[in-house]
Amino acid sequence: MIDEELVQLLTPEGERVTHPDYASTLTGEQILSMYRDMVIVRRLCNESTSLQRQGQLALWAPIQGQEGAQIGAGRALAPMDFTFPTYREHGIAWCRGVPPEDVLRLFRAVSTGGWDPQKYRHHVPTIVLGNQVLNAVGYAMGIQRDGADEAVLTFFGDGASSQGDVLEAFVWASSFNTPVVFFCQNNQFGISTPSSTQSRVPLFRRARGFGFPGVRVDGNDLLACYEVTRAALENARAGGGPTMIEAYTYRMGAHTTSDDPTRYRVDAEVEVWKHRDPIERIKALLVREYQTRPASFEAVAEEAEAFALKLRDDVLAMGRPDPLSMFDHVYAEPHPLVEEGRREMAALLAQEGAH
Amino acid sequence: MTTTTMTMAKALNEGLRRAMERDPKVLLMGEDIGKLGGVFRITDGLQKDFGQDRVVDTPLAESAIVGTAVGLAIRGYRAVCEMQFDGFVFPAFDQIVSQVAKLQKRSDGVYTMGLVIRLPFQGGIGAIEHHSESPEAYFAHTPGLRVVSCSTPNDAYWMIQQSIESDDPIIFCEPKSRYWEKGEVDLENPPQGLYDAVVRRVGTDVTVVGYGSSVKTMLRAAETAQAEGVSLEVIDLRGIAPIDFPTLVASVQKTGRLIAVQEAPRTASISSEIVAELTERCFYSLRAPGLRVAGYHVPYPPARIEEEYRPSVGRILDAVDRVMDFEG
Repeated sequence: MIDEELVQLLTPEGERVTHPDYASTLTGEQILSMYRDMVIVRRLCNESTSLQRQGQLALWAPIQGQEGAQIGAGRALAPMDFTFPTYREHGIAWCRGVPPEDVLRLFRAVSTGGWDPQKYRHHVPTIVLGNQVLNAVGYAMGIQRDGADEAVLTFFGDGASSQGDVLEAFVWASSFNTPVVFFCQNNQFGISTPSSTQSRVPLFRRARGFGFPGVRVDGNDLLACYEVTRAALENARAGGGPTMIEAYTYRMGAHTTSDDPTRYRVDAEVEVWKHRDPIERIKALLVREYQTRPASFEAVAEEAEAFALKLRDDVLAMGRPDPLSMFDHVYAEPHPLVEEGRREMAALLAQEGAH
Repeated sequence: MTTTTMTMAKALNEGLRRAMERDPKVLLMGEDIGKLGGVFRITDGLQKDFGQDRVVDTPLAESAIVGTAVGLAIRGYRAVCEMQFDGFVFPAFDQIVSQVAKLQKRSDGVYTMGLVIRLPFQGGIGAIEHHSESPEAYFAHTPGLRVVSCSTPNDAYWMIQQSIESDDPIIFCEPKSRYWEKGEVDLENPPQGLYDAVVRRVGTDVTVVGYGSSVKTMLRAAETAQAEGVSLEVIDLRGIAPIDFPTLVASVQKTGRLIAVQEAPRTASISSEIVAELTERCFYSLRAPGLRVAGYHVPYPPARIEEEYRPSVGRILDAVDRVMDFEG
């Protein structure tokens, strides 16, 4: 379809295809469970967009179209693996067990992080493109030194693939053979910049030049994303070193709610990708192969609606942080300037409160 | 008291060795720091004794040295990163200000960023371009970071260990022109706290404050001034961020005059901060405006003319004359 080297286990029509290197190992029950994940995460995304439009979020970064890539990769993780996301890995956060409302704290502008990264083994969101990819490789160096049976999965996009940090991370991971998997979601755009501006060769082919394998997977094929990621993580844990996965997908929505994609892409292209929707093809598979009944899909849809209502309530309940909280955790040890600022603001707030 | 004489380079080496012996999570990362022992030989012999996993010869990529140190910190390691020269820290600037400085905050205190970035800084060794710079103000300006500088072998030995033990990220500025100067090192008793300023010479007429290589220059100026009947109190700042203002305030309240010395360009600098803060805190004690003796607003010059750029005894004494002669 796109490239003969593309790993695909399920066509856009929901028909299985075979691949010489990868075979689907998921049961019908697992696939239905991952279908549920994708539906809920899409609902989270839609609700968040609405909340932003209603002035309840400062910004939102949608993932419509990328649910297959994220749930596939996210469900391939072992509990002790560690993940390093960008600001768009809502599906990964979901798989890691991060409370959904915590994902929205950054976007509601009540936090610069949102969750306990050690508890969920999911690093806080990184907005500076590519920084987290180096952090991930450093974490993997720690795993090596601990002799632990763990791996790191880190995320970036086609845009960030041009960042020096990402390319330095490739060098490092290769030289030290670190247990890290680079998961690049090529969603075709860095805001408006097409991926062709970032690279003249398919991104996955870059890996070979750095000395480790690169795999292009159909990013809208949940089954393929799961198997390719699982194999790469297993290889990393076994000491096989890094792998780069390019999940070839499409950002169906805007870059963020501040973006207007109609200025740089045509509807016809979006229409083509609508037919490759990751959720619809899994639904087709479930119906065809597992005789999943409409009632099951309806139950998931109802659950997603209830989820969205609760999410909305949780977000609206997030009040303004205590202004004095800005002075917390700037340093681990006491710092005179931070304490001076805290005292000054506390006095001002007390004064305001007195009037 | 067990004291021994050694160079600052050796004192740093011994300090790193002790930190590594004490804590197996301490590791060193940098370019050419293994077999070669670093371009200044600060890590000489450490890879032989601690192995390649703890003294890591890295690819030549400064952003990656710091960026991976962040990941190691998240994993519970304490990385000591060597930047080969001051002028080569800038590829790592993004990781330092965007991640190192902010991750404790962004994780609500879950992470600690206990890492050290060693920076051979300041000039005076006749080097070519990018090898003699003083970038400390960039880091002092950034919330989340701490910056220190040593000026003696004893401080080098202890401050590097204290920095490694700290749970906060520290930019550790080493005055490379003083690496080969010897001094007494007390191997048993640590000196003051890491950020405490130290009065190196007691005086009554003018407070002269600086750090790193400037400390020795200030002490020389004090000798000359003494011969001319002017008593300088010389303070070694040690902590660049945060600055130990109580010690400076006590001195300026006594002397009524202030001169801040640094090699870095004067504008928006550490000396600017010192003069501004002490003007606020000691306005009624000051008998003359606080002055700055600093580098000029030019790129660091070719080494053949660097001594005209760096604060010299003569320039400090000119400033002393100005504050002593000032009539408000």
